[in-house]
Amino acid sequence: MEEHTLVSHVPEFDALFPEKVKLDTRPGFSGFIVPSEFLLEFSKEIRDSWGYDILSSITGVDYFPESMEVVYHLYRSLGGGALVVKVQIPRDDAIVPSLFSIFAGAEFQEREAWDLLGIKFEHHPDLRRILMWEGYEGFPLRKDWKEAYYEEDAKPFASRWPEGVAEHSEKKNIFGDNVKFPDNFDPEDWVASGEEALYLGLNKSGKSKDLDTEMLIINLGPQHPSTHGVFRMAALLDGESIVDLKPAFGYLHRNHEKIGERNTFLQNMPFTDRLDYISSMSNNFSYALAVEKLMGVKPPERAEYIRVIMAELTRIASHFMSTGFLLNDLGAFFTPALYALKERELILDVFEAVSGSRMMCNYFRFGGVVRDLPSGIPEAIRNLAFKRLPAKVDELDHLLTDNEIVRSRCMGIGVLTGEEAINLSATGPILRASGVPYDIRRADPYSIYDRFEFNIPVLYHGDIYDRYLIRIEEMRQSVRIIQQAITQIPEGPIFEGRSQYQVKVPAGEAYGRVEAPKGELGFYVVSNGQPNPWRYHVRAPSFINLTSLRTMCLNQKVADVVAILGSIDIVLGEVDR
Amino acid sequence: MNPEKNKLNINIPPELENQVAITTLDKIYNWSRASSLWPMMFGLACCAIEMIITAASRVDFSRFGMEVMRPSPRQADVMIVSGTVTKKMVPQIVRLFNQMGEPKYVLAMGACASGGGPFKEGYNVVSGIDKFLPVDVYIPGCPPTPQALLHGLIILQKKIEKEKLSDAEWYKKDFYEEIPVPILGPDLIDPRKYHLFKKILQSADEVTVEESDAKGEEA
Repeated sequence: MEEHTLVSHVPEFDALFPEKVKLDTRPGFSGFIVPSEFLLEFSKEIRDSWGYDILSSITGVDYFPESMEVVYHLYRSLGGGALVVKVQIPRDDAIVPSLFSIFAGAEFQEREAWDLLGIKFEHHPDLRRILMWEGYEGFPLRKDWKEAYYEEDAKPFASRWPEGVAEHSEKKNIFGDNVKFPDNFDPEDWVASGEEALYLGLNKSGKSKDLDTEMLIINLGPQHPSTHGVFRMAALLDGESIVDLKPAFGYLHRNHEKIGERNTFLQNMPFTDRLDYISSMSNNFSYALAVEKLMGVKPPERAEYIRVIMAELTRIASHFMSTGFLLNDLGAFFTPALYALKERELILDVFEAVSGSRMMCNYFRFGGVVRDLPSGIPEAIRNLAFKRLPAKVDELDHLLTDNEIVRSRCMGIGVLTGEEAINLSATGPILRASGVPYDIRRADPYSIYDRFEFNIPVLYHGDIYDRYLIRIEEMRQSVRIIQQAITQIPEGPIFEGRSQYQVKVPAGEAYGRVEAPKGELGFYVVSNGQPNPWRYHVRAPSFINLTSLRTMCLNQKVADVVAILGSIDIVLGEVDR
Repeated sequence: MNPEKNKLNINIPPELENQVAITTLDKIYNWSRASSLWPMMFGLACCAIEMIITAASRVDFSRFGMEVMRPSPRQADVMIVSGTVTKKMVPQIVRLFNQMGEPKYVLAMGACASGGGPFKEGYNVVSGIDKFLPVDVYIPGCPPTPQALLHGLIILQKKIEKEKLSDAEWYKKDFYEEIPVPILGPDLIDPRKYHLFKKILQSADEVTVEESDAKGEEA
């Protein structure tokens, strides 16, 4: 038998497991349909025998009124394309086995599917609501669930278009606010379920047995200067060391997915900016890739180069920011961050010139970019790439890398091994700092990344210091890519086809993913041929990277938790969506 | 501080001339308050990044006496609501506001904090912080540029300079203004709207009574 199987080759599982695994034959769809009772066995098999060890994304789709579907995207850590596995379940009895025992990275994603779609995952260790609170009424992403300001299923709403009459939604609601209650609800009988479940879920077994001490639960956040936004974690402390830790999410849950299902495809583009609001160009990129896959269009050469330049500038800006704020968390209050923010401003100037907005660029379109580089900007980018940024990255490196305090606070703290990182679905700098050379730009190249020369930095300690070093080195590699791209960029059109407000997207599903500054950013889009996506799911890197926070923090001191969180580099807009 | 005024009837010893200025208490009080506004270090979403940039070197609002950002509400004068207010977060925001000492001000930064913004229709989004807190200045933009935030803060300073000690509410007797903290129920419950629930329950009862009456007549 031939031993050389290409990593990009997906085995024919329908032939390997006849009568159990079926090919998804719906037009526009791909992957394998697995019955729910066979799912656990099948996932173990594909992980152990076929090398699909990264469970990248879990989500559900509500095919109202027929059935529900749980969609799994798996990848090999060696590289290659996706293995898509689907489980079809009835809507009124949506139960699937939890994959937590095989892929620990499933934990938060399964909780999210339970929270928003009401899919029950059997034997999940802690199946609570994650983005909404315990006691909230209904599963918002189900198609028959309507929110308080519900107007119509799809935009543009008839009341606003073409006449353009807008009315305050508050006026139609009896409470004058965005709320909706079940019939005959009396608030005086309501007993808030509180957060006992969160505190009871903390595992007390890790306590040291030498001394008879009392343990303490402390909450960090949601209002805390170190949590980078409205993130919250409940930590169980024995003295100063962490016995258990659980993050609590949802304080910035802005319902991207529900709003995205109502928007037209193009209307979602500015919403992607607000996911990871520090790196909006990467978000645009990933969403554009997903929809372009469905539409079957390819952007022209010049647009591809512009996209790569913008995505890499974003990476540099984001890494500058995260390095600066990591130092903030270590106690170097704002001085390193000011150095970093100064360079970020110069990159934002480029963004403002090309897109009109500093942070929310909304620059990519399906089949290109919205406008060409204005005059003077190629020179500005060249100046940044060849002169300013390399020098400033070196300066940051020089000031921080050998710093005594940085070294003693970061080395050996928050360690995540390579196996753990893969198992916890960590991606981006965290995975590469743990010794796994996995970068989507090389592992599953998209756009024109296969044309450039650059290295994927890998380090092996898996601690805060290595994550910091990876980011510094990645900035240098991004500068290299920009240098090549800005030299090679051809003249020509920047958009394929005719620009239009309402794009025609054929029915089907697509998963577009890019290596965003924080890790793998994926958009899972299902279209049914209508102007609006049927399902719009964001596989957010910083949300899923937080699954590994607990592992990194166990037995560390409470002061280090702040630094560990800083090294994961989260952005709350993306964590809570 | 008009030097002309000093020359009128007030007898100033020669050694103190050019060293003493006479002004009203209101003016000096407001001037000192307005030029040492301490914002709360409290970021919600995207706007918080622009708020950080406003504090950073290019814009630098410490030129206006605002560089001391305090994470504790007890030490802050201004709450900059920088981002989308979600239902899950609003009880904490109201609690933080209640913990701030008077006089306190609220700045709604950006479209979301002012009225829900692009996420208004979302099921977990509050349509603007002014549903719960008294807002002093609204800053438009998504997100507002650092310059816009700075402008908003300067507007707030101007507003403070117009205030009078004689009608400052927070010095009045029995002044107590605590906003009831919303409750997370099946949806967000605002304790100030309990009467509306009663009204709905009563009207539902009436309907059922009417229905049963109608049925009784038919029978």
